[in-house]
Amino acid sequence: MVQEAVFRIEGLRKSFGPNQVLGGVDLELRAGVITVLMGANGAGKSTLVRIVSGVYDRDAGRITLAGQVFSPSSPAEAIRAGVVTVHQNINDGVVADLDVATNLTLDRLNGRGAPLVFNPRRVRREAAAVAARMGLSIDLTARISDLSLADRQMVAIARAMAHEPKVLILDEPTSSLSSAEAERLFQVVERLRARGVAILYISHRMSDIRRLADTIVSLRDGRISGIFEDQPLDYEGAVNAMLGKKISAGDISVRAATAPVLHAANLQLTPTSRPFSLTLGGGEVVAITGLVGVGKTALAETLFGVRAPVSGGMTLDGADYAPRSTRQAIERGVFLVAKDRGENGIVPGFNIYENISLPFLKRISNFGITSRRSERDLARTQIASLGVVCRSERDEMSTLSGGNQQKVMVGRWLTQASRVLILDEPFQGVDISARRDLAAKLRASAIGRATLVFVTELDEAFEIADRILVMSEHTLVGEHRNADINVDKLLAEIAGQHQMVG
Amino acid sequence: MNLEQTKTLNAATGAPHPVHKLTIRELAIKYGFLVLLLGLILFFCAFTNGFASPQSAVFILQSVAITGILALGVTATLVVGGFDLSIGSVATTAMMASSYVMVVMGGDAFTAMLVCILIGVVVGLINGFLIVYMRVPDLLATLGMMFLLVGLQRIPTEGRSIATGMTMPDGSVASGTFSPAFLALGRHRFDFVLPNLVPVSVVVLILLAIVIWFFLEYTRFGRMMYAVGSNERAAQLAGAPVNAYKISAYVISGVFASIGGILLAARLGRGDIASGNNLLLDSVAAALIGFAVLGAAKPNAFGTAIGALFVGVLLQGLTMMNAPYYTQDFVKGGVLVIALVFTFALSQRRR
Ligand SMILES: Nc1ncnc2c1ncn2[C@@H]1O[C@H](COP(=O)(O)OP(=O)(O)OP(=O)(O)O)[C@@H](O)[C@H]1O
Ligand SMILES: [Mg+2]
Repeated sequence: MVQEAVFRIEGLRKSFGPNQVLGGVDLELRAGVITVLMGANGAGKSTLVRIVSGVYDRDAGRITLAGQVFSPSSPAEAIRAGVVTVHQNINDGVVADLDVATNLTLDRLNGRGAPLVFNPRRVRREAAAVAARMGLSIDLTARISDLSLADRQMVAIARAMAHEPKVLILDEPTSSLSSAEAERLFQVVERLRARGVAILYISHRMSDIRRLADTIVSLRDGRISGIFEDQPLDYEGAVNAMLGKKISAGDISVRAATAPVLHAANLQLTPTSRPFSLTLGGGEVVAITGLVGVGKTALAETLFGVRAPVSGGMTLDGADYAPRSTRQAIERGVFLVAKDRGENGIVPGFNIYENISLPFLKRISNFGITSRRSERDLARTQIASLGVVCRSERDEMSTLSGGNQQKVMVGRWLTQASRVLILDEPFQGVDISARRDLAAKLRASAIGRATLVFVTELDEAFEIADRILVMSEHTLVGEHRNADINVDKLLAEIAGQHQMVG
Repeated sequence: MNLEQTKTLNAATGAPHPVHKLTIRELAIKYGFLVLLLGLILFFCAFTNGFASPQSAVFILQSVAITGILALGVTATLVVGGFDLSIGSVATTAMMASSYVMVVMGGDAFTAMLVCILIGVVVGLINGFLIVYMRVPDLLATLGMMFLLVGLQRIPTEGRSIATGMTMPDGSVASGTFSPAFLALGRHRFDFVLPNLVPVSVVVLILLAIVIWFFLEYTRFGRMMYAVGSNERAAQLAGAPVNAYKISAYVISGVFASIGGILLAARLGRGDIASGNNLLLDSVAAALIGFAVLGAAKPNAFGTAIGALFVGVLLQGLTMMNAPYYTQDFVKGGVLVIALVFTFALSQRRR
């Protein structure tokens, strides 16, 4: 089945100032083959993608598309040549102020030979066709800025697919998708593979990789460190090649909780959902899992004072706890690492240390005057402890790789001691090794607080939790100690309950 | 923040770890505008008589004092990601109100100023309320407020300007006068190098510039305001009372504008219905030019002050070179466009 490569990269180099990111990368993509690119956070995957999609210039190297030299000077040129990309940063792929239909057809309206005057009805019809091909069930008249991140991601992907690409590049497309949406994406990707599109797929999720990969290429520190194409694919070898070491096992020793810290009694999240109770003990790590949209984020936000429960009450260390704002929650020692860092976490105009100190400025200011020295000290501690790849704590957030931005977002809330630490999808975009390290850090520091982690991926729950709770239809439907778990029962709770009602 | 970054960048150049040399483009972005300002000053010093004198420097500062103060206020709203179009009309309303209090109602200088500041606070609160709670987009809310105030300030005198001894709509003659203390705000000059050199308005400008600069760059409130402007949702989830910060920004802007109005009234010595037309555009221009200073690419108090100064230097220099007055707006527009190019085109080139 060895075919000519349609897309070939040779000796690609790229530096930012003194910092070499790509040190001579060779990569081939073949028609009808899904090539998975694996690499640790900051390895240079997104930089590679930005170069081939015409966002960045390269320093050196040759790229050919179907034998012709390919050097796009703008993203539009790359798309016209048939190289279509879905970037890691979702908002790069959609126009927030326009509606879904316009977003889906934007490139048609824009391309060469586009009509001068357009017919709104035809736009909507075309958009509907694009949406149908993706199995997209979103209101086409909704504005992008009103959609959830997962929906935006689906629109960005649908928009890319609509181009009839020759080469399709997907940079962590599933990082904010539920498994149902991810499944739809996989089916479309497989259809394109069957039609002979060359596909480059980047992900940290092993389940994606197992599902899709025909070939795996490992990238380490800007160089290719392994190519795996013999079936069956050597996943472990690929991971080792991307890390340059053997990955630490994610086994944990389950602990029992000490005295209760947070107790929620008869909490009702929506007017129609069933009330539930929840107790979090000191020193324990509790994971809540469930499909996307079953109320995990609603629960996190309720605990953090972003929204009020329909009914029910909470106590924190025995005292009443009914936060009416995030500030009150933080003052009581309840912290939330919110999911979707680009939306809910990162202040793009701020550098690393300004981002880290943001919630605690009051604590480290004297008479309202900020102390840059303490801010930078705090940031340096977190950078070292979480292994953030950066030049210094003064780096702009936009120069960090996605996974490293995520580490900064988690580190922000570890700078101060908390009573309850809530983490909503804390591993978005974090590579396997860093994920294990982060989980170990969270467990090691868990003494003296209650830790609550919301994850969709079960693997992540197994790696971090003492107890695993299952959420469905905005209520808790199951509880498991993370030792000798009955996985079938767990899966039934996640899925079965859902189907029973929905 | 800009000063800090400059300092740290300078420090990095001397540091032992891998030296990060600024490229020519980065240098141009960072210092280009300041170099341009310096070049302009040197040029005018060399080619005009009397540009290089304390009097001329003070004249420049005085000519930009009121726009500068308004610009510093609007900077606060730009920082939280908003905009305030009502500043010009707040200033003229304050001017009319102070005149009315003294001339028609016979009040003293202190009452007049208090009323003006109150107007600034109330307008700021209303603007903030409309934007935050009624969800009216900032440009529209403050545009509406602008119209409202332009109309409102004419109602008490049925559209007449206010001056000592004016005839009221009902035929009576106004009995009050501008208090000398109030007029001193516009006419008194402090000794500095030369006797009777620096006007009050310039001192107020410098003080307010330092206050707002320090507030925005070095206090946690200023930092939070930048966070709100950069990513409101993230700021909220980091515990910031976002609405309070936004409303405060409009209050700051309103108060600064009313201070500008007080100084305007004191300088003119009358409540002139026709003055203050250019205030809004000039101050917005200064704030936007400020984006280019030190490569900040964001609203900042230091830049705003430099922006106001830049316009003042340019106009004064051109006037001394006998450029006709009607070219002024054209020149200001040109400067603004160049500054915006500096900010946006140069700093966002592809990598
Ligand atoms: N614009 C930039 N300026 C300076 N450095 C940059 C810039 N963009 C990326 N880098 C650096 O290049 C390196 C590679 O970043 P890249 O985003 O390609 O990583 P990645 O492999 O996609 O990682 P992740 O899995 O975390 O997304 C990082 O160390 C990052 O700090
Ligand atoms: Mg990346």
